[in-house]
Amino acid sequence: MNLNLPRLLLSLTCLLIAIWLVAPTFVIIPMSFAGKKSLVFPPQGFSLQWYENFFTNPQWIGSLIVSAKLAVMVSVVATVIGTMAAIGIERMKGRGAGIIRAVLITPMIVPGVVLAVGIYAVYLDTRLVGTWTGYVLAHTLLAIPFVVIAVGANLAVFDERLETAAASLGASRLTTFFTITLPLILPGILSGALFAFVTSFDEVIVSLFITSPQLKTLPVQIFSSMTRDADPTVAAVGSLIFLATSLIIGLGLIFGMRGRRV
Amino acid sequence: MTLNTSTKGAAVDIRGVSKFYGSFTALDDISLRVEPGEFMSFLGPSGSGKTTTLNLIAGFTDLSAGEIRLGEQSIGHVPAHKRNIGVVFQHYALFPHMSVAQNVAYPLKQRGIAKADRTRAVDQALQKVQLDKFAHRYPSELSGGQQQRVALARAMVFTPSLLLMDEPLGALDKKLREVLQLEIRRIHRELGSTFVYVTHDQEEALVLSDRIAVFNKGRIEQVGSGHQLYTRPETLFVGQFIGESSVLRGAHSAGGAETALTIAGATLVAPGQARADAPHVILLRPESVMVQASGTGPKDGMTNILGGTVREMLYLGAAMKYEVTLADGNHVIARTPTQDEPFAIGSAVELAWNPKDGTLLADDGSTAGHEG
Repeated sequence: MNLNLPRLLLSLTCLLIAIWLVAPTFVIIPMSFAGKKSLVFPPQGFSLQWYENFFTNPQWIGSLIVSAKLAVMVSVVATVIGTMAAIGIERMKGRGAGIIRAVLITPMIVPGVVLAVGIYAVYLDTRLVGTWTGYVLAHTLLAIPFVVIAVGANLAVFDERLETAAASLGASRLTTFFTITLPLILPGILSGALFAFVTSFDEVIVSLFITSPQLKTLPVQIFSSMTRDADPTVAAVGSLIFLATSLIIGLGLIFGMRGRRV
Repeated sequence: MTLNTSTKGAAVDIRGVSKFYGSFTALDDISLRVEPGEFMSFLGPSGSGKTTTLNLIAGFTDLSAGEIRLGEQSIGHVPAHKRNIGVVFQHYALFPHMSVAQNVAYPLKQRGIAKADRTRAVDQALQKVQLDKFAHRYPSELSGGQQQRVALARAMVFTPSLLLMDEPLGALDKKLREVLQLEIRRIHRELGSTFVYVTHDQEEALVLSDRIAVFNKGRIEQVGSGHQLYTRPETLFVGQFIGESSVLRGAHSAGGAETALTIAGATLVAPGQARADAPHVILLRPESVMVQASGTGPKDGMTNILGGTVREMLYLGAAMKYEVTLADGNHVIARTPTQDEPFAIGSAVELAWNPKDGTLLADDGSTAGHEG
């Protein structure tokens, strides 16, 4: 076997980068099984008490439920609005479409803190702080750009002439949308919905501003737990979320492969 | 014109139809009637308005002016999905997420036809295009020719009284085109529907059509059977677009029933009267021109004689094709039966033809040869 140095260096570099990328994730998992109430690495002892704490403490489980509910609502609202916007932009063509698209995507570009301050100021006046409506509005605003981009990318490769063909075969505009357009841009819509879900579930900056003791999302709960008592329960939460997202993405890949017909 | 006697086809009446895009005139006040059950081709170069006309009939574009009638009904403002017209597109436009059977069943579903009847109609339509064994395949698993067959089955499964085809064979290779042309002819006979077929390929139009409408620059130049267009073109554009031809340009003297043109030093006669103020040409078909040895002179009524030099000689089996350069530098194409002793390239020859075989036409400046 011919061992050459540049090749070996390259492999080593790649390995180091790979470790660097996944290290934080894998640090979390052992820490979640720590025996003592201190968030250190490497952990000392072994116990499942932090998992137990997560599932029995109403503060933790409550915030998980809030985050999940919120993410589902945001994902539905953002997907519907974002998909309609993406279709509208695609059909408009021209310069106006470019401007509208830019406006819709701004929440992704503007720094989170700036948005958070603006949203907080408005919410104070309108008494939306700490309300479901407030959360859904704020998170939807942040999620729409992802839907617009994902659906837009799919629409760009969608053959509009298929809609003309459907019309010639007797399908109304609405029927055409539901039988031809929607099934063909569904991959974009689903990935947009997934992005929207994750955007909301993950969101911490705006949520920190508009949170209330009664309505607290999981990221906010993690954050306040960290600043208060650095409890290994956050490591347990992190591990669980990691497991859940890995499962979802894994399933998505499997179904994505099976669904690929074209 | 051979008309199908079946009552299933509907007449298409286009009356004074125009289409403007801003200041651009895509169609300029055209009128045309397609008879019930007729196979009519719209022939012309790209941008001539033939596809625009088809889109107006199908309802994909809005009329700027005029009226379109399908049978007794004015359809100019009926939305496309209510016109009940079958359309076959050049790009097939099959739904990629549906199987062949689902594609063909789609128009029947829109019409609320029961599942059992649907299945039967789909089977029949697929049999007609010889794809019954492919019902459960997906479009991406079929060749281009097979996809276009599916598109054809889908467009005819709901037995529309009118079927429109927009260059349906344009994306296929020559061999497959010829096979599908025959199939389209057969299907037209079996269905009895009226067919309107858009193409830029004059050979295809000649093979398929009862009549051909020749489009140019947003207008219809001439409507007639392939034979009429070939033997009696009314404009130089039509004469040049259909079949092979040579064009002789020269000064003319206004006369009576015949007009004489001076071309490359010779005086040539063609039937018809030329207007004094407009330049005219004589259009010649290759098969009506005889190539003979210099000095042979007129014989058998071939009284138009023009000298030249053989520039190219092609052996085509049953026929020979000569390209002869005239004294004025122009070329004339002649097709003659195979001769035992053909004229060699570079030899001086005489071209001879019967005056009645030349067509006198106003010079509209068109030089476009035909494609395909």
